[in-house]
Amino acid sequence: MELPGDEELVARLRARDEAAFALVLDSWSGGLLRLARSFVSTGESAAEVVQDTWLAVIKGIDGFEGRSSLKTWVFRILVNTAKRRGKREYRTIPASDLGPTVDPAKFGGPGDPFPGHWLEYPAPWPGPEHAALDGEVRAEVAAALADLPERQRVVLTLRDVEGYDSAEVCAILEISAANQRVLLHRARAFVRGRLDAYFTGGEVAP
Amino acid sequence: MNCEQFVEQVTAFLDGVMDPASERRFVDHLAECDGCGRYLDQVRATVRTLGDLPPENLPPEARESLLAAFRRTDV
Ligand SMILES: [Zn+2]
Repeated sequence: MELPGDEELVARLRARDEAAFALVLDSWSGGLLRLARSFVSTGESAAEVVQDTWLAVIKGIDGFEGRSSLKTWVFRILVNTAKRRGKREYRTIPASDLGPTVDPAKFGGPGDPFPGHWLEYPAPWPGPEHAALDGEVRAEVAAALADLPERQRVVLTLRDVEGYDSAEVCAILEISAANQRVLLHRARAFVRGRLDAYFTGGEVAP
Repeated sequence: MNCEQFVEQVTAFLDGVMDPASERRFVDHLAECDGCGRYLDQVRATVRTLGDLPPENLPPEARESLLAAFRRTDV
């Protein structure tokens, strides 16, 4: 279902056009719910955060200034609602988030003939095209997502699950592009490592 | 560039934000190293699978109560 452009949408919402509200509600609640879940632990409180967000949207739509897209504005309200519950800080990256993302033992050391090169190539995965269709693989990915530290989970959810680009994620979370990339990079490497362990029966470092 | 450095640049490469000189070193390495080619493909497959997670839905009661709240709000 195609959404009208922001200008039309905002005008209709301000005119209290219920069909327009149902349209955005149905289009965006799934993404909002998933994003809420990356902040709060239970499905129930995630649904509450989404409801509080929509109530704030209803209240605030007349004050929307159009400095971001309507959808970004709505998602940002959700982030602020969720953060208020937990009082989290996103602006700085802890040192623990800055180390290598692939186990250094997988690469040759200074004494090896090829320092810094794979001692053994990553094992092949069964047909990556099929991998995206497999329910069991998806369950493994969902479990890995749930095991990530919160900030990485939030960024990965927005970027790769919901498909936002880097600028939009920075706008929603109000973080720098560099921090966004560090969190995304670690999160992807972690989930890739979990899939690798799943496909090749190996262990994954916590 | 070696493999250990390559794997830390994958996200910057996929986002297209590397400076031209680093990007050339990255691509040169990719051309010659099957292990890193496979690593990059696996990161891409991971991203694809994440994008394929099933959608979530708001409980119908929550949807109804929000529609009702919208109806009630007049300016
Ligand atoms: Zn390599």
